[in-house]
Amino acid sequence: MKKYLSFFIIRLTTGLQYRAAALAGISTQFAWGGMTLLMFRAFYQYSSSAFPMTFRELSSYIWLQQAFLALYMSWYFDNDIFDSITSGSIAYELCRPVDLYTMWFAKNAAVRMSRAVLRCMPILVIAAFLPEPFNVSLPASFLSGLLFLISMIMGFLVLVAFSMLIYITALYTLSPLGIRVVATSAIEFFTGAIIPLPFFPQSIRNIVHLLPFAYIQNTPFLIYNGYISGTEMYKSILLQAVWLLLLWASGKLLMKRALKKVIVQGG
Amino acid sequence: MKLYLKYASIILKSQMQYKASFFMTALGQFLVSFTAFLGVRFMFARFNAVSGFTFAEVLLCFSIILASFALAECFVRGFDTFPGIISNGEFDRIMVRPRNEILQVLSSRIEFSRLGRLLQALGMFAYALHESNVEWTFDKILTLILMLTGGFFVFAGLFVVYAGLCFFTLEGLEFMNIFTDGAREFGKFPFSIYGESVLKFLTYVIPLALFQYYPFLYLIGKSDNTLYMFLPLLGMLFVIPCLLFWRFGVRHYKSTGS
Repeated sequence: MKKYLSFFIIRLTTGLQYRAAALAGISTQFAWGGMTLLMFRAFYQYSSSAFPMTFRELSSYIWLQQAFLALYMSWYFDNDIFDSITSGSIAYELCRPVDLYTMWFAKNAAVRMSRAVLRCMPILVIAAFLPEPFNVSLPASFLSGLLFLISMIMGFLVLVAFSMLIYITALYTLSPLGIRVVATSAIEFFTGAIIPLPFFPQSIRNIVHLLPFAYIQNTPFLIYNGYISGTEMYKSILLQAVWLLLLWASGKLLMKRALKKVIVQGG
Repeated sequence: MKLYLKYASIILKSQMQYKASFFMTALGQFLVSFTAFLGVRFMFARFNAVSGFTFAEVLLCFSIILASFALAECFVRGFDTFPGIISNGEFDRIMVRPRNEILQVLSSRIEFSRLGRLLQALGMFAYALHESNVEWTFDKILTLILMLTGGFFVFAGLFVVYAGLCFFTLEGLEFMNIFTDGAREFGKFPFSIYGESVLKFLTYVIPLALFQYYPFLYLIGKSDNTLYMFLPLLGMLFVIPCLLFWRFGVRHYKSTGS
């Protein structure tokens, strides 16, 4: 366990060096979040009764989404991993006495976390002081706040476990391009990064809830703003755990099968 | 111009060497904007209209901005990837050649796979054409063409500014994304829905609304002001200060030495 922790820490500290990039990112995300809220306001003014949540709840959702964008971004994939597969340098990795799956997992989690750590606080603090109803409010209750933290970590791990499957497919196909594009679009849309899941038509929402996508950023943010409450909260966190286990186990299994017949690209 | 066409045909040929990769990337471009379309579709399943615009009208607006963005990204991509040219020192090579730098940067990269987005725009346009009740008289068609060219030039100008900033910072500024990718994302709705102040900003500072909102009102018959039809021409002038800024940047250029 210790060696994976060090991989994690190395990547984390490297990521934390890019402070100027973080500053630029923060201002971009701030403008982006603001525009998104203004767009929703137009819909809200047209018909507030068709809105699935209150505007305050939506504001909290959007700002959390911007603050923790790096945790849940759909487009991030570690190019080093894809390169090591296509160039053949994966052979070196295989010689090391480490489990490849856990190492990749730790590295991916660390990069996402380092970016989020630098960015989340400034965004949340500024967003808290915006005029109502555009500000981020406190969690719906103390319990919601606590469960939000747990669920946020779980959702993050579900996403990393899901992206591991994309890396592993590259072991089979060698060209990650196609699957990567499809996965990015699917993650972005079905996790609710474009419009929050409660805005989806009910029939499509029912399907999305059968997939892992609904248990990534959707669950923690909706717990925070009180859209999910009561025993529903525990149920959705439990489902997050189930998905995490499922994705992790299938990733491990597929990796093991792939490595048995991996062909190292020479050169 | 002849030189540019020669460059373009060489790039097209080289990209066609990897046909599978080319179509995959084009498909990816298509998918990315397709999810944006689905988002709009779902919102309109819940709300019938927004700020007085119907679904078909919004799609018309979306397809126009997406098409002009796709064209700009396809042909002005050299400026979009300019941070790379600066940091690997390729700009030194460009400077010593006896040709215009802008032409060379322009023709350094032409991304034909971006036309996947254009395909998506065409699809939406076809649908909107069918659903919205715009009467396609001569002036409406002219408005549409002006909107597309105006959009192309404004986006091109933004890419040039983005590249020009690299002379000072050596790397791309993420903040510019809000005006390029952001304009594409948020421009799917007429800019008026974001409120008065955003509209003013996009009229007087970054003239995105000049080719999107005002002529669009004329296009769908919400306004009779013929002046609105020609506003994209005014928006095109935006490219001049952008190019001046670029010139200014070139004079300040210090090689990275790599």
